[in-house]
Amino acid sequence: MLDTTQIIIENQNHLNVDDQSRISLSNANQHLDWLESEAIFILREVAAEFKNPVLLFSGGKDSAVLLHLAYKAFHPEKIGFVLLHIDTGHNYGEVIEYRDRIAQCYDSMLHVRSVEDSIRRGTVRLRDPLESRNAHQSVTLLEAIEELAFDVCLGGARRDEEKARAKERVFSLRDEFGQWDPKNQRPELWMLFNTRIRPGEHMRVFPLSNWTELDIWQYIEREGIELPPLYFAHDRTVVRRGEILAPVTEITPPKPGETTETVRCRFRTVGDISCTAPVESTAVTIDEIIAEIRSCKITERGATRLDDRASEAAMEQRKKEGYF
Amino acid sequence: MTAPLTPNLTPSESGNSAKSLLRFITAGSVDDGKSSLIGRLLYDTQSIHSDQITAIQQTSAKRGLSELDLSLLTDGLQAEREQGITIDIAYRYFNTEQRKFIIGDAPGHEQYTRNMVTAASTADLAILLVDARKGVVTQTRRHTYLAHLLGVNAIVLAVNKMDLVDWRQDIYQTIRDDYLAFAASLGIEQICALPICALKGDNIVHASRSMNWYDGPTLIDHLNRVSAHRDRSENPLRFPVQRVARVKLGNGAAIKNNDLNKEFRGYQGTLASGMLVVGDEVLALPSRLAAKIKSVKLANQSLPHATPDLSVVVELDREIDISRGDMLVAKNDLPETVREIHADICWLSEEPLHTRRKYLIKHTTRTVRCLFSDLHYRVDVNTLQKHLKPSDIVMNDIVRVELKLQQPLFVDHYAENRVTGSFIIIDEATHATIAAGVIV
Repeated sequence: MLDTTQIIIENQNHLNVDDQSRISLSNANQHLDWLESEAIFILREVAAEFKNPVLLFSGGKDSAVLLHLAYKAFHPEKIGFVLLHIDTGHNYGEVIEYRDRIAQCYDSMLHVRSVEDSIRRGTVRLRDPLESRNAHQSVTLLEAIEELAFDVCLGGARRDEEKARAKERVFSLRDEFGQWDPKNQRPELWMLFNTRIRPGEHMRVFPLSNWTELDIWQYIEREGIELPPLYFAHDRTVVRRGEILAPVTEITPPKPGETTETVRCRFRTVGDISCTAPVESTAVTIDEIIAEIRSCKITERGATRLDDRASEAAMEQRKKEGYF
Repeated sequence: MTAPLTPNLTPSESGNSAKSLLRFITAGSVDDGKSSLIGRLLYDTQSIHSDQITAIQQTSAKRGLSELDLSLLTDGLQAEREQGITIDIAYRYFNTEQRKFIIGDAPGHEQYTRNMVTAASTADLAILLVDARKGVVTQTRRHTYLAHLLGVNAIVLAVNKMDLVDWRQDIYQTIRDDYLAFAASLGIEQICALPICALKGDNIVHASRSMNWYDGPTLIDHLNRVSAHRDRSENPLRFPVQRVARVKLGNGAAIKNNDLNKEFRGYQGTLASGMLVVGDEVLALPSRLAAKIKSVKLANQSLPHATPDLSVVVELDREIDISRGDMLVAKNDLPETVREIHADICWLSEEPLHTRRKYLIKHTTRTVRCLFSDLHYRVDVNTLQKHLKPSDIVMNDIVRVELKLQQPLFVDHYAENRVTGSFIIIDEATHATIAAGVIV
């Protein structure tokens, strides 16, 4: 038998748990404190180094967390960012109601720019009036950035969502076309973020880069952040398409021959109606949602995003075109 | 062809449990099994969802593989798959009951130095992979040196592919002893060595059945337990001011329904080291004016003190002129105020150094102009030999330099403080981040 010298120079007190808790951040969920502090640092860095920042607020859970973090970062100052929502026109009413009410709660100016307007301007052309407008958001977003002269957009995207996102920087430079160039990203070291841009360029900043879906829910629970009711289990009319539950709405009617049913379900991601699907669930509290996520075997986007299923590189392609 | 899906680590049932964070990097040369190791860690800790598994099953089948290729899990972008290369650092996440882990996964190609330095800058621990058939090689020494340079003090030496050397203890021990001798020469303090087989999962999450002679921890046991994060609360106070918050009554800048009854002026920042304790006297740099800490707040929560890494807003008991880039420090233990720094830099840019040009240096929350006044030596990262007075600096070079600063910076040695001892250099013309440095 080998003696216990595998850990050769392991300092004894390194394993002292009491010692560890003393030095750590304030409470039990140290990882949440750390993530929160990191996000606050990033938000303040944006406020300090850019002229005209905007926070993309869709009413989804990640942007709700981001807005709450912005509140904590600047308190007792008001949040120093205006809010922007790119509305595909295909959003759930509950989410739009929530979006407007929360923006008011935080006393933040909310700009809404809609894909509908881009269609009217002719910058977005649909092949089919009912097709998903999700990918077209990029056009409207870039138009809004130009119109309102934003030099930085804060978004709630996370690296654990998708493999193209795993390689995204916290501060991600975009050219006039909003393009992400994965081969030409700035190295990011320590917490020293290079915020320099040229006229015409803008920065996308992702303060939640290091958060996972579970972290988000634990944080929502700890901070008591309000969410749209769609995130909790409710009865909904759907049709089953393979493993996917497709919600039945005015813009997503059942196809001929499909039978509708009522299913107890909730949304894991909330976005354009045509490309987000609910999952079967009975979770009505955050605790129950967390338990569900812990035992869940399907990724957040895999379960519910109809747009990422198209191809293995779907997200990468959309990001190159200016998508978040 | 599928690996078993049955959970072996039972996820905790309760919603919240005490959990700390560990950030680590994995390093190895191209075929040392780095992707397999990461894939295995994610797979065996139940961090992989069934839709991802289905995707790699399909790809494995398409490529005619008989087993599930876990390295596909870390396969990145389309551009990379087409060219069969890895472009960039990817960050991966997984949890155990004890900890949240962030892996900085840096590719092992020509640009390795640059990528590894980047990933190591935020890591607490490095896993160095060696192939049991090859032992400690040039790359192992290079990676160890770079990890050490970037202040990663906890190292795990993972001797991989033990199956290909018939699980032999003597081979493992020779490699381990070789490595320890080398690491000791660099002054690395905390090393754990273990024999593994990433492909089959031996000693990653589950103890190996093929190496009964090994009775140490598995990799995940070690990662769960190791304390690689340095306690910086005992170090002298360093609080770089990120922003000044100024709220006057009725000027519309305050949040609604606030409990402010007078003007608020606070300094926002993230504590680099030491403790911010209400009532303590601190010094503001560069003014060197003293004040007492009146409050430490996180949103509407008043804290008696703040510990390192916490982002807070600090009020002082008197008004002194403080702006972004200034620093609150311990009264009797100041950082050095310097117009000249000695540093080891890693050149990140494809464009070489122009010695006569001025560059921007970003250090904490302060950005000033700098000039390369002297190039002392370049370190050959393969032999660790110093080449005196290099005439130029190109990508991936590690060079000891002297920089002249247009305005002073408040610095500590990197070995003592990773925040006040580090900087990046930005090209004012291209806006590229061209170098990163640690103050020696």
